[in-house]
Amino acid sequence: MTTDALSFRDPDRADRLRDRLERLVAAVDGDVRVMHVCGSHEEAIAEFGIRSVLPDGLTVAMGPGCPVCVTDRPEVDEAVALAEAGHVVATYGDMIRVPGTEKSLAAARDAGADVRTVYSASEAADIARETDREVVFFATGFETTAAPTAAVLREGPPANFSVLSAHKYVPPAMDVVADHPDTRIDGFLAAGHAATVTGTDVFESVVERHDLPVVVAGFEPLDVLAALVFLLEDLRDGEATVTNAYPRCVADAGNERARTALWEVFERVPGEWRGIAQVPDASLRIREPYAEYDARRRFEIETPADDGRGSDCICGEIMAGRAAPRDCPLFGEACTPRSPVGACMVSDEGPCRIQHAYGGDRRP
Amino acid sequence: MTDRTVTLAHGAGTERTRELLADLVVDRFGDAPADPAGVGLAALDDGAVLPTDDGAVVITTDSHVVDPPSFPGGDVGRLAACGTINDLAAMGATDPLGLSSAVVVEAGTPVDRVDAYLDSMAAVCDRVGCPVRTGDTKVVRDGEVDEVVVTTTGVARIERGAHLPAAGLSPGDRLVVSGPVGDHGVALLAAREDFEFASPLTSDVAPVAHLVAAAREVGRVTAATDPTRGGFATAVNELADAADLGLVVEERAVPVADATAGAAEVLGIDPLTVACEGRIVLGVAPEDAERVRDRLRDEPGGADARIVGRAVADHPGEVVLDTGVGERYLPVPTGETLPRIC
Repeated sequence: MTTDALSFRDPDRADRLRDRLERLVAAVDGDVRVMHVCGSHEEAIAEFGIRSVLPDGLTVAMGPGCPVCVTDRPEVDEAVALAEAGHVVATYGDMIRVPGTEKSLAAARDAGADVRTVYSASEAADIARETDREVVFFATGFETTAAPTAAVLREGPPANFSVLSAHKYVPPAMDVVADHPDTRIDGFLAAGHAATVTGTDVFESVVERHDLPVVVAGFEPLDVLAALVFLLEDLRDGEATVTNAYPRCVADAGNERARTALWEVFERVPGEWRGIAQVPDASLRIREPYAEYDARRRFEIETPADDGRGSDCICGEIMAGRAAPRDCPLFGEACTPRSPVGACMVSDEGPCRIQHAYGGDRRP
Repeated sequence: MTDRTVTLAHGAGTERTRELLADLVVDRFGDAPADPAGVGLAALDDGAVLPTDDGAVVITTDSHVVDPPSFPGGDVGRLAACGTINDLAAMGATDPLGLSSAVVVEAGTPVDRVDAYLDSMAAVCDRVGCPVRTGDTKVVRDGEVDEVVVTTTGVARIERGAHLPAAGLSPGDRLVVSGPVGDHGVALLAAREDFEFASPLTSDVAPVAHLVAAAREVGRVTAATDPTRGGFATAVNELADAADLGLVVEERAVPVADATAGAAEVLGIDPLTVACEGRIVLGVAPEDAERVRDRLRDEPGGADARIVGRAVADHPGEVVLDTGVGERYLPVPTGETLPRIC
């Protein structure tokens, strides 16, 4: 492997950061609750057992940071309906096993539908180039995957290609979570990779609106610990600011070309996020000039009525940062990676899947 | 009657494998041996110990299917010989009497290929001094197996009570691993998927009997297991489970080859959860641990031996992984990480 200095995993540095966190938590004299909004942060925290060494009085919870998990059930139903109507549906691997109202894409595939796993929007467009059938790309994810979807549409994909957009934009969801009366948050860790597209300025409005510090963080254990130090320093000083703690990848202005593509193709509209309910302007819809590629406008999609079916799955509560995977009665018993009940156990970015894979932090 | 079917995940050496064994096999054949010095099926150890009047016989058997049958660092013949010799060694039987070998071949397989696999098997047997004494060959129709299935059985004689039970650890015992983990599983996955990495990935498949023998010469070895299916993570969980003790593993002490670590990161798998075929994990009395490690380092295949953890009375049955940054539990991998690699 690379050296410790390059891999941001050095135990001595981690110890020093931990000591600083301990002093800072004592200085703010409180019970500090930090929310991160990214499955990759959750994975770093779980893989390295970071929660086991956080000082008493500092809690780090995961918020709506798993794109597969926040994809709403009716969106899955639309993809299933298109697959069952005989079209080729291409999507990211994680989405295939997420349960819809009646079935998942995997179940549709088992029953004969043509559902393909792809690694990118351009791969889905390539499938369309090799067939006369309609190919629908079920597009999920945040800014990091929405920008590449936009790029494919701008390049003029084949006429038999369309996009079923479930893309979402994170900053407004942070607002919704911060506003929620049942969720107490003292600061956010923002996802470093999404910020490579959006830049850091986008978080200024979150800071202003809620008077909460936001730190853009990377994904190695030292990145996470250092970002927490910055966040607590802000809290100690009573300052709410945006800090870029991941400058080796993130420019404050973000990636201009990716952003141009993103907003030329997509507009923000109200939409449902699983668990967080309606977010006013955080679902990405394809704009008018690209309407011919919008699967919702190309096809009549009939989906089953949401039966509001009761389940003990608390994925929604977890996504909103109000519960942890081990609070769920199904966790590890009725719900496991091999027979998941909720999306949080399906996706590699899902907090339940991550807890399960990494065994959980050592409990005292 | 149930409508359940066997899935690939049942064969991945994980929790599901244990469930299937418990359901189908242990219920039927799991009666404890009459002689307390014996080890039977219910122990789910690496082999059985059958006490005799003047000692004990150790016996173990294993079927080997691997995709691809020939891979960087070895082939199914070498794997079949090493797998069984190593299971005997993990029981403390380091001087096997001989092997049996049953080969099922798919019609249409070039004879040269089978010849090459048997050459590989013979080379290992010569080195260990463990000849193949009996065998069987069957040919099945095209498509009924994927080229070849090799089943080997090994027999050894040991002194009464000299076997190494999986449950032998005591609090304070150190865990010693004989070399880098995960090489076999990662090399196989890369070969199967045709991934090419800048650094060559090579399976570690090799006999470990001499390592176990060398360790026992210089120190008190209390437990042993070879981390094959399910890898190091499964092996240490089995040791913790069998002894009903906790284990603490220092993740940074567990050796992982640079090439394997890099490829595993790219493939999104944890090298601790994939198979080794030329390593042994030993429980060693604390005062002897450094001596055993140093002795292993003098042996072929033991150059990177390390002390990687210790047994504790806390958290019985669970393995705590100290990552250098924090601590978490190291679970047995669930489901099908890598099918058919051993």
